[in-house]
Amino acid sequence: MDWQFFLEVLIGGLLAGVMYSLVALGFVLIYKASGVFNFAQGGMVFFAALTFVSLVERGVNFWLAMVITLAVMVVLGVLIERIVLRPLVNQPQITLFMATIGLTFLIEGLAQGIWDAQVHGLDLGIPDVPVKVGAINISQFDLFASATAGILVLALAVFFQKTRIGRALRAVADDHQAAMSVGIPLNHIWAIVWAVAGFVGLVAGLLWGSRTGVQFALTFTALKALPVLILGGFTSVPGAIVGGLIIGASEKLAEVYIGSSIGLNIGTGIENWFPYMLALLFLLIRPEGLFGEKRIERV
Amino acid sequence: MRKLTVGLKRAALCVAVGGMIGAAGPAFAAGEQFVPVPIYRVGPYAAGGTGIFGGMMDYMQMINARDGGVNGVKLTWEECETEYKNDRGVECYERLKKKGPTGATVFHPLSTGITYSVIERATADKIPVISMGYGRTDASDGRIFPYIFPLITNYWSQSTAKIKFIGQREGGMDKLKGKKLVNLYHGSAYGKETIPVLDIQAKKYGFEVTHIEVAHPGNEQQSQWLQIRQIKPDWVILRGWGVMNPTALKTAQKVGFPADKILGVWWSGAEEDVLPAGDAAKGYIASGFHPSGTDFPVIQDIQKLVYGGGKKGNMDDPRRVGTIYYNRGVIHGIITVEAIRTAQEKYGKKPLTGEQVRWGIENLNIDDKVLKRIGAYGLMPTLKVSCLDHEGGGGVKFQQWDGTKWVVISDWFQTDQSIVRPMIEDSAAKYAKEKNLAPRDCAKEAAAEGKKKS
Repeated sequence: MDWQFFLEVLIGGLLAGVMYSLVALGFVLIYKASGVFNFAQGGMVFFAALTFVSLVERGVNFWLAMVITLAVMVVLGVLIERIVLRPLVNQPQITLFMATIGLTFLIEGLAQGIWDAQVHGLDLGIPDVPVKVGAINISQFDLFASATAGILVLALAVFFQKTRIGRALRAVADDHQAAMSVGIPLNHIWAIVWAVAGFVGLVAGLLWGSRTGVQFALTFTALKALPVLILGGFTSVPGAIVGGLIIGASEKLAEVYIGSSIGLNIGTGIENWFPYMLALLFLLIRPEGLFGEKRIERV
Repeated sequence: MRKLTVGLKRAALCVAVGGMIGAAGPAFAAGEQFVPVPIYRVGPYAAGGTGIFGGMMDYMQMINARDGGVNGVKLTWEECETEYKNDRGVECYERLKKKGPTGATVFHPLSTGITYSVIERATADKIPVISMGYGRTDASDGRIFPYIFPLITNYWSQSTAKIKFIGQREGGMDKLKGKKLVNLYHGSAYGKETIPVLDIQAKKYGFEVTHIEVAHPGNEQQSQWLQIRQIKPDWVILRGWGVMNPTALKTAQKVGFPADKILGVWWSGAEEDVLPAGDAAKGYIASGFHPSGTDFPVIQDIQKLVYGGGKKGNMDDPRRVGTIYYNRGVIHGIITVEAIRTAQEKYGKKPLTGEQVRWGIENLNIDDKVLKRIGAYGLMPTLKVSCLDHEGGGGVKFQQWDGTKWVVISDWFQTDQSIVRPMIEDSAAKYAKEKNLAPRDCAKEAAAEGKKKS
């Protein structure tokens, strides 16, 4: 066995997993605060990245474009809360889930309607070239993405643990009705959490967009996040990171050592379904995910 | 800022008129020839849909403006959004097939999946289907597929031209012996289409080929490229589509594989495939059946008559005129118009039915003289279609991305029909047996045709 190659595949997988985690974080935030599985998170990633790149292409300064896009995502979050979620308070969760499916198509269509359906290049100034770490090649861009994800998780942890809004968010996540009874405005909290998810979507969109181009396919990144969520738990920020690392590493190792002619040769292209199979197996053993909250209901 | 306002206005307009789209189509006059446009303006492959159909509609608009139509018969068309989905494609086909005074003239599915979905319907409805550079490869056998035309070159033919190109680069076909190739393909029917023909060529020329699949959509390719680095191939054939292409180029750079040893198919060779990859795409080579650019009289006529004086053509962004996808669309337009013109010689200068235009396509002979007359010399290869050969014997050129534009680096490469034709006939015969179809007798049809003329 070529251990150097194995390590490269493993590290490459871990770093790819961080990119999945970035998308998964947006799902976790909204699920944590409202119990809604936001199917539209992939659309939000696309909307944010397309808005940003379209502004930059129209001559808006990079940082100003970032601020404007963030403002747009906040407005979008507030509008979603006012127009879609508020009228559905106290409805069954499946209704809210269905609403976010509708929202997905609306956001995707809106993004292409406002801007365009073309492919846009996005250069963040971070070269995607390998650097030697010992005998292993690691992409500079992947290291940058990992550092970004780390900072984001730290910032979210501080936000949740140390700020008033963060504590309110946690209270809402624990029990909507109890939180409301102590005077926490549920609607404001939902609007804030959708805005934060919009920000996370922007970061994920920029990193993914820089690697693959800003195009409709960014919406597919959500598919990469689903097994991460099942594995890490829908309510845990650290779970999203750990889940991403496990999924990223295992899918790459499976592709190389099970799928390809180098390995067992059962057929290449297995990395699309392998993470889902892994997540399904995990569901059987630990349905709430690695870090998810155990749900106990008294009957 | 003005563009920003335009964008917001467009969004408002989308919302305002969105519901009205599709509710009412244009009215068609009696003396017009109708061409359906099953476009995809949204979704992951919108760049191809808008570019190719934009070019085709611009060409037809130019023919109407410059010549008053084809021999006086005006061309009309109607768009239908497929989103590159098979079910939507079939729906569009059904919705548009009876439009216009004589129904649909010819159907361009612009998707291999949609092509497969409409083959039997179109044959039953007697509407010809042109799948130029894509679609069902064995439909090149016109005896079994009378209404399907995978024109210019099908996937298998293109593959043989690519191996010839690699052979030339290596110093001769005999130098291919012992070389290593990787076929990195999209995990779809399109992606898998060339595996058999590559295996046959590998056996013939003595090179080794490893097929590596990239699962749809292809936005993560780390493990595939690490495997490629292990294999250490001399060339990588990139058979991608959409986001898979820039991702492949970026990941190749990440593992240190040189871009000028990656050879793309023509669905991996548009500006949209390389621009998002930035510097990683510099030096990358792709095949094509036409170049980009506006240095052709036909494109200049479009610029003058369709976009001149601030007029609005069919491209939202007129800067895309002359790009790879756009020029491919113009070629779609040229072939549609020339097929109608050819059919008019037999059936008269009036709106024709799909069946009559099918005859026009099957008797197309676009030689250098015709290409010069229509201002497309050098834009596309010559084409001669027949009952037996629905491909038309086109050639393949190779182009290299220099960081800002595609530069043509070869002359027309002819395909290797000694490999491809037996495969086509074998596959088509199997289809005929499965569907219980009797092959046409091309010699008999030609004799009957000759008798009628005399």
